[in-house]
Formats: sequence, structure tokens, C-alpha cells
Amino acid sequence: MATVKNLREAYGQALVALGKQNRHVVALEADLGKSTRSVLFQGAFPDRYFEMGIAEQNMASTAAGLALAGKVPFMHSFAVFVSGRTYDQLRNSICIPGLSVRICGSSCGLSDFGDGKTHQALEDVAIMRALPGMTVLCPADAIEVGKMVPCLLDWKGPVYLRVNRNDLPFVCPEDEPYRIGKIWKLRDGSDAAVFASGVMVSKALEAADALAKRGISVRVLNVSTIKPIDREAVTRFAEGVRAIVTAEEHNLVGGMGSAVVEALRGVRHAPVEFVGVQDSFGRSAENYEVLLQHFGLTAAAVTNAVERLLGSA
Amino acid sequence: MGNTDTVRRLDLMAQQLRVDVVEMIGVGKAGHLGGSLSLAEIVAALYFHKMRFDPTRLTDPDRDRFLLSKGHAVLIQYAALIEQGVIPRAELKQVKTLAGLQGHPDMANTPGMEAVTGSLGQGLSIGVGMALALRLDGRSSRVYVIMGDGELSEGQLWEAAMAARRFGVDNLTGIVDRNRVQATGPTKEVFDIPDIERKWDACGWHVLTVNGHDVAQVLEALDAAERTKGRPTVIVADTVKGKGVSFAEGNAAFHNGIMTEEQYRQAMAELDLRRAELARA
Repeated sequence: MATVKNLREAYGQALVALGKQNRHVVALEADLGKSTRSVLFQGAFPDRYFEMGIAEQNMASTAAGLALAGKVPFMHSFAVFVSGRTYDQLRNSICIPGLSVRICGSSCGLSDFGDGKTHQALEDVAIMRALPGMTVLCPADAIEVGKMVPCLLDWKGPVYLRVNRNDLPFVCPEDEPYRIGKIWKLRDGSDAAVFASGVMVSKALEAADALAKRGISVRVLNVSTIKPIDREAVTRFAEGVRAIVTAEEHNLVGGMGSAVVEALRGVRHAPVEFVGVQDSFGRSAENYEVLLQHFGLTAAAVTNAVERLLGSA
Repeated sequence: MGNTDTVRRLDLMAQQLRVDVVEMIGVGKAGHLGGSLSLAEIVAALYFHKMRFDPTRLTDPDRDRFLLSKGHAVLIQYAALIEQGVIPRAELKQVKTLAGLQGHPDMANTPGMEAVTGSLGQGLSIGVGMALALRLDGRSSRVYVIMGDGELSEGQLWEAAMAARRFGVDNLTGIVDRNRVQATGPTKEVFDIPDIERKWDACGWHVLTVNGHDVAQVLEALDAAERTKGRPTVIVADTVKGKGVSFAEGNAAFHNGIMTEEQYRQAMAELDLRRAELARA
């Protein structure tokens, strides 16, 4: 039974377990190991842990070199730095040769609520999705982190893993076998489909509860593999409903919502609304919930979007 | 250490690599002539003497690694791989075509390439990663990373220089091709970087300076690098951009220039003449 609710803590523990399983697993860090929790790996495997200093670009290409010589490198920093500052290194050193480097973007979205816009990643999914061959993952809770990380040992090619900094409610089933690429139906419904990722999965479930009380039946999907997106599953889950809402802790441009709509190209589907950040950077706040509310990343926002679409349908 | 026969053999090989490069670029097509020719002796010394390299076992985990951080000079690496029999000679005529060899190092299309480089400043970092992995696995393989002097303005390269010292990767040798000309002009005018040796020294590296066209000096430095323990070595090689082709020597126009029919013939004639001289010597 999962006990840790914190996603980065669950990540650190899962990485240690992976390190025990395979001696080729190595970790690189850019002086944020206490935050990303890569320090747990450092404690367990000091010889296979490389503190690269505050030099993310070098870290990315060094990870490429490690992969080229047979290692399975996990590189760490905050999501905003490890996706943005390293873009050219990820593109050229890692993605062009298709290397199996794992890029852990910790403190994703607004989850580092105190540090403000320079440290919050609201564009990372768009940037990473644009790279050919990059797999983009966004786990919804600590259970999913614990199931996702072991899959990264054998998954081919580069992976970007977006990890929330905070405790999140458990939403994923604990007993189902896990695989990357699957879209998880967490609740069935017939009036609307809500495709959610990360912190917004629990908000979508809350919204579904609220809407159920008003007689609206909502299907909730956890899109934790944002790329490659399962087009067949998106199409199937979008069938038969009168409204489709996507909900993500990311800019509306190029994120999971965009991926869902791209997946629906060529098929007739219900009207779509996006819940996300409206082309803006983040900001500091006293706590995570206040910040999510400020940017409209709430269960109420999902509820409103569903009702608006159903009203206009 | 290079005895006379080895030096003569490598001098001749360097000249053959230059001929191959000129043939690859041909007439009327842009190609990175200057920065390829400046590396001929260094590449000959590595691929045909120093490196543990078996053309029939390209994925041998115990091989030495050759990384061309200044990826635009890939033509000289193609030449070495052609002379080693890794790339078919017919590919000489297919450089930068849809079906042929790519304009920069590309692992997907070319056997014998160790990494994707060409976006400058990344090769040394990749080399650090390889060196760390090889050391973890207890392998004695060495990693050679060739950088340009113009490339030294890339900040990532100095991140890698500091990391290499921090991890003490003495199985890594850096080589700076100091040909003093970059894409748009002499480095002194475009972006002057003085005291290159002192910068590497300040980063904690063992620093050697050689004449990059003197095979004996190059071999001696490569051996000295291998003997140096606890820290990486960088060999700053003074070279001439476009070496061996008079109209291209020190000429930024041939960083990525186009040869006329007449220039092509002249280049081949000059290289042949020098090769004949070397063969007689």
C-alpha cells in the first residue's frame, strides 16, 4: 500500500529501487537534489550519482555520453530548467540519436508555489512534445510515480517526466498492472469526458462528483502519457459524450489539451474546452491551492467548462 | 612515440585524407574545407595509430571513442572511415545528398560515428559522460574530443571543462584545433579568446601545446596525455585552416566554401605534389 503522498519523494524512492534492480542506472543532478529527491539515490549509490553543479546544459550532454556508453541516465532539475535551459542539448545530444535518457522535470507547473514565475514550468510539455521521439509523462499521484518509474528501465528513447513537488490525493488504482502509453479511465460517465493530467486529475474527479449531484454524468480520464498519445483511446473515450474538457497545469498552448485535440483530428467530436493557464507565466503565492485558484486550475473551473459546453450543445 | 616510419606513414595518410576531403566537396558545392584540412594529421594520428579502433568491431565496448565536437569538420572523419574501410569509397561522391552522408555527424546514417555533434559546444560534455561510464565499468578505453578554437566561445564547453576536472576523468583527452579562423573571419577579429592555455590550466587540466601538423609532436602529446593521471589533458594544436591547399589556407571564405573547377584542380595538384614529396622523403 502506498503511504507517501508526495510525488517527488515517491520518485526518489522509486529511483533507488530501480538502482538496486539494475547497476547501469545512474543519476545526474544540478544542485537541486534535496528538492528533486535524487539525494536518495546519492545515498544508496554514491558512485553512480554525478553532481554536475548548476550547469544544466553540460548535464544533458553528459547524460547523452553516459547513455552512449551503456548507462541508463536519469537527469534532474526543476522542470523549468531541465526542459528550457537545455533545449538544444536535449534536441541534438539526446533526441537526434534517440538516446534513452530520462529527464526528470521536478517541481513542475506551479507546484513550486513560493519561488514564482522564474521557477515554475508552464511551457515544458509544449517544448518537450515538439521534440521528435520524446516521450512525455505526467503522473497524477505518488502511486502512479511508483509504477511509472520502473517502466523507464526498458522504455526506448528519451523520456521527459514531469513531477509535482507536493502531496496530491491518491487517484490511481493500486492493483492494476501499469504500462506507459495507456489512458486511464478513472470514472465512467456518459454526458461529458474530462481528459486531465497531473494535479488536475484530482480536480476533475471532484468536478465529476459535483456534476453528478446535478445529474450530469462525467467520464474522467487520466492522460499521464501525453506523448505518444493513444489516438485510438482518445477517440474512443471522446465518443458518445456531448462535451469534452481538458484540464492541465500548463499553458493552453501546446500542452496536453493540444495533444488531445490533435489526437481527435479527422473524427467528428463534441465541442472542446480547455482548462489551463491562459498564456501567462506563474507567480509567487502563500500556498499551492491559492496559486491554483488564482490561475483558475480548480474543480469549479472544470465544472463550469462542462456546464458551459452542455448548455451550448 | 612516433618512430620515423610511423611518422612518414601518418604524414602520407594525412595527405590522403586531404585528397578525400577535396574529392568529397568537389566542384560547385559548399563544404567545410578549412576546418577539415587543419585536422588531417591529428585525425590520421588518432585513427591510424593511437586509438584502439578495429573497423570490423565498431561496437566493441573497449574501443577508444572519437568525438568531433566541431562537427562541421566531419568530412575529415568520413575520410578516415573511408580509408579504414568502414564507409564505402563510393560514398565520397554522395556527401550531403538525400541518400548519402550527412552534413554533420549523424549516428543514424553513418557507421563509426560515436555521437551526434555539430551544434557547437556539446562534444566535450558527451565525452565526459562516456569517460565516466567507461570508468564505472572498469574499461581502459580512452575518449578523444576535438574542439575548434572558434567553438571555445560556447559556455557549455567550459561547464564540461570544470566537470571533467571535478570528476578527474584522466581517460579523456581534449584537442583544440587552433586554426585561428572561424566562419566569418579570423578569431582575433571575430571573437578573440586570448590565453587559451591558461584558461584550461585554470580549469584544472593538464595542458600541452603542439604544432598540429607535426605528427611526431602530436603522437608525443597523445602519449603524454595517456600517462597523465588524476586529471584530463588538453592538447592545444596550432594549425593552419585549409592546410595543404594554398588558396584556402587561413582564408575564412573556405570555412564552408565552394571550389571552382580550376580551384579543384589546383587543390588536387598541390596535394598530389606534397604527397609525392612525402613518399620520396
